[in-house]
Amino acid sequence: MNELNQQRRTLLKGGCAAGIVTLAAASGLLVPGRVLAAEWSKSAFEAKSVADALKGLGAADVATSSDILIKAPDIAENGSMVPVEVTSQIAGTQSISILSEKNPLPLLAAFEFTDGAQGYVSTRIKMGQTSNVRVVVKAGGKYYSAAKEIKVTIGGCGG
Amino acid sequence: MADMMKIRTQLSGDALAIKILMAHPMETGQRKDAKTGQFIPAHFIKNVAVGLNGKTVVAAQWGGAISKDPFLGLKVKGAKAGDKVTVNWEDNKGEKNSAEATVG
Repeated sequence: MNELNQQRRTLLKGGCAAGIVTLAAASGLLVPGRVLAAEWSKSAFEAKSVADALKGLGAADVATSSDILIKAPDIAENGSMVPVEVTSQIAGTQSISILSEKNPLPLLAAFEFTDGAQGYVSTRIKMGQTSNVRVVVKAGGKYYSAAKEIKVTIGGCGG
Repeated sequence: MADMMKIRTQLSGDALAIKILMAHPMETGQRKDAKTGQFIPAHFIKNVAVGLNGKTVVAAQWGGAISKDPFLGLKVKGAKAGDKVTVNWEDNKGEKNSAEATVG
C-alpha cells in the first residue's frame, strides 16, 4: 500500500511538470523560440544566379507588375549602404523578396507578412556594382516582380 | 554590441510605422582583411521576427548583403496605443538579441 502511494506521488509530480511546459508553450511564454522558428532558405540565399535564387524561393511564373513601387536613388555613391523602400499595392501581399541581380549572391532579403503587416519594407542594402534591384512579391499564391536600375559609383561588397 | 537595438514607433489612426535600428557588423564573408589578405568570416543576421503583442507580424530572412547596422522600416495596420512591439534576431553564429517597445 505504501509503495503504491509512493508511485502515485511520483506520477502526480511528473504529470504536473509536463502540464506546466504545455501551458507555457500554449500561452506564448516560450516566444523567442517560436518567433524565430522560420527556416533560413539556404538554397535561395546561397544561389549565385537570380534564376537559382528564385527557384530556391519557390517562385515560378513570375509576372511583371506595375503595382510594386521601388523607391531608391538612381545613383548610389556608396554601394555599401543603398536605401531601398518597397511598397506592394497588390492585394493580399504575403511576402516581398529583394535581389540585387549582379551581386555575387543575388538574394538579399525575404520578408513574410501576417496579421495586419502591410506589404511595405524599407531597408539599406549592399550592392557590388551597377545593377537592377529586383523585387519579387508573392500574393494569393502567385508571384509578381518589378525592377529598378541603381548606378553604383563605389561598390560595397568587395574589400 | 548585443544590447544595442533601437525601436521607434509612430501611430496615425490604427496605422503603425515601425523603425528598427540594429547593431551588427553584417560581414558577408567575401571581404578581405586589408592587412592579412584573409577573408573576414561571414557574420550576419539571418532571421528577424517582429511581433505585435506577442504575435509575429513580419518574419524576415536575410543574407549578408543587408548593410552594416541594419535599418528596417515596416508598417502594420490595426495597432493602438499601449501595444507592445517586439523584435528578435538571430545571426549565423547563433547569437541572438531582442528588444521591446510600447506604442505611444
